Amino acid sequence: MAEIGIRALHKAFDGADVLKGVDLTIEDGEFISLVGPSGCGKSTLLRIIAGLEPQSSGEIWIDGANADGVRPSARNLAMVFQSYALYPHLSVFDNIAVPLRMKRLSALERMPLIGRLMPSRRRAERTIREDVERVAGQLEISPLLKRKPGQLSGGQRQRVAVGRAIVRQPRAFLFDEPLSNLDAKLRVHMRAEIAQLHRQLKTTFIYVTHDQAEAMTMSGRIAVMIGGELIQVGAPAAVYDDPQDIRVAEFIGTPKINAFPARVRSDGRLEALGHVLHATTPSPAGECRVCVRPERIELGASGLLSGTVVHLENLGSEAFVHIGSAGMNAPVVARVNDPSQLPAIGAAISYGFAPEAIRAFDASGKRIATSVPSRIERPREMAIV
Amino acid sequence: MSDAVAALQEVAAAPRMRARILVKSGTAGRSGAAYALAAPALILMLMMLLGPLAGVIALSLTDYQLGAPSFSWIGLSNYQEMFADRVFWISLKNTLAYVAIVVPGAVALGLGVALLIQSGAGLRSLYRTVYFLPVMATLIAMAIVWEFMLHPQFGLVNGLLRAAGLQGHSWLQDRGTALYSLCVIGIWQATGFNMVLFLAGLVSIPKHLYDAAEIDGAESAWSRFGLVTWPMLAPVTLFVVAISAIRSFQVFDTVQVLTKGGPSKSSEVLIYTMYTEGFEFFRSGYGAAVTVVFLAFVLSLTLLKSVLGRREVHYA
Repeated sequence: MAEIGIRALHKAFDGADVLKGVDLTIEDGEFISLVGPSGCGKSTLLRIIAGLEPQSSGEIWIDGANADGVRPSARNLAMVFQSYALYPHLSVFDNIAVPLRMKRLSALERMPLIGRLMPSRRRAERTIREDVERVAGQLEISPLLKRKPGQLSGGQRQRVAVGRAIVRQPRAFLFDEPLSNLDAKLRVHMRAEIAQLHRQLKTTFIYVTHDQAEAMTMSGRIAVMIGGELIQVGAPAAVYDDPQDIRVAEFIGTPKINAFPARVRSDGRLEALGHVLHATTPSPAGECRVCVRPERIELGASGLLSGTVVHLENLGSEAFVHIGSAGMNAPVVARVNDPSQLPAIGAAISYGFAPEAIRAFDASGKRIATSVPSRIERPREMAIV
Repeated sequence: MSDAVAALQEVAAAPRMRARILVKSGTAGRSGAAYALAAPALILMLMMLLGPLAGVIALSLTDYQLGAPSFSWIGLSNYQEMFADRVFWISLKNTLAYVAIVVPGAVALGLGVALLIQSGAGLRSLYRTVYFLPVMATLIAMAIVWEFMLHPQFGLVNGLLRAAGLQGHSWLQDRGTALYSLCVIGIWQATGFNMVLFLAGLVSIPKHLYDAAEIDGAESAWSRFGLVTWPMLAPVTLFVVAISAIRSFQVFDTVQVLTKGGPSKSSEVLIYTMYTEGFEFFRSGYGAAVTVVFLAFVLSLTLLKSVLGRREVHYA
């Protein structure tokens, strides 16, 4: 159980800034995900927390104590690696027992031949065996204890890696993209298991992933990192619904949010693709972007934007319609809840969106406030007037 | 020759395996194609490796003398004579002693140097080159340099000892030290080669295993070595030990240049015995018998390596 504080953390590799001043407090017992595209520095941040990498400047605090210069094992944090990092020459039992043997046996007791003769080692080995078997039972890998990692499937290796992490009862768990080597189906399954494990252990979990779906489904809070900076930290729903930066809006959510080139008129109204929207902003006039999630795009004759259907993705339970529109670089994606009602590819189609669905961002990508004027003109209002 | 024997085994295994897979897949015609495809390799192997080997064994059963117009089959007489010969037993004992000293020495030093180079930050390629130089240099030429260095009167080694206030020694001329001096040269020469193999092995150890070891509490370099490096190097180590042993069995150049097996047979080794019998006394049949004994040792080492390699150090 640990509260972890990250203060003004900087990291540079050969002059290239990887972390540009990260501040974050991770609460005791919290499940937080660090999510961001490849190369955003999230794994580096995790390695610095673990103590595997020194920071260039800034501080890490664990449970109110500065962790600078404290060895990784002394920090008592457990880490699960993307590649699992199991010792290939050791059996599953020995892999899980390594952290315990390192902690409970002296260097002399660990010696291959001499150590085995010592009665103190035999006593320690008995408690180690109990602990390993308890953890193996908990993770349902008891039948595998005698096997080598090479004889296990990806999911089983994953469990062994988790077992090696939990057996020492660490203050916090660090996960470095632990599911990215698994196939899609198993990944969804392990997602639920890791979330369940967190509820069971009630320990701090720090989970690094580039998969926003993992971050959204498992964690209490997500921290979106882009380009070495923490852009937004919050509950998954809040980050999805209320992104403060266009990069966050575009990274979180599949399919990607639709971004319309737009501008703020001098009277404060928003204008997208030449249509004045039923939304105002206090921001100064200028270029901006209006973003709308695919599920908020409404297809039908009442919408005043138009385009042609260029692609359809029918997932069975839902479908996505890709609409090519003049003035847009990328097709607009709309979610259709009833896939039996799909338009044909090449058909002309009208679409629109409610003004409440608008998330507007200024030219630098920062969120700008929008409001819907109270004057309601039509019962089923559309953003475009 | 013996390196070739080592390679022979591995080469021989490949076509057999391929043939088996194809046979399993069904038709007899395809297994015929498999043998046809393997034929060039098999024919070359018979011509280059197995043929000469059979020739040597056959020769060891004759009284053939180099240049003689005829020979006769004498059965195992050469072997009888050899096993009764005191020089052969001295030679065998010296060879085994040489192997027993050079293999651990060259393997341990090669590993040590590789670890030092790998852990150091700068000048890696310089150190790699320096330690690899003895491997690239012609051993005969280097043996002459060693002869100067070990010279009793004006050699560098004795000069250094004198400067340190110690008594010099006639290293190569003393029965008690000649073989050990050759061992030192053998270690010096083999260390660089082993270092390169170990360096390749070290590079291929995944970095994340060291991260995991660090997290798991292996704080000292020694415990990380025991937990990760040494076990992960096991396949390389096995190969290095086998190669070092085979090469040590072959020791000849330094003996020929520096001691000629002397003084009084104290540095006589198998290949040198074979050489003197075969090419100085022209007793080709007897020389072939010594060669067969030598090949038996090398072959058993190779077999040991492949058996151990299959059983003990296969992680995949």
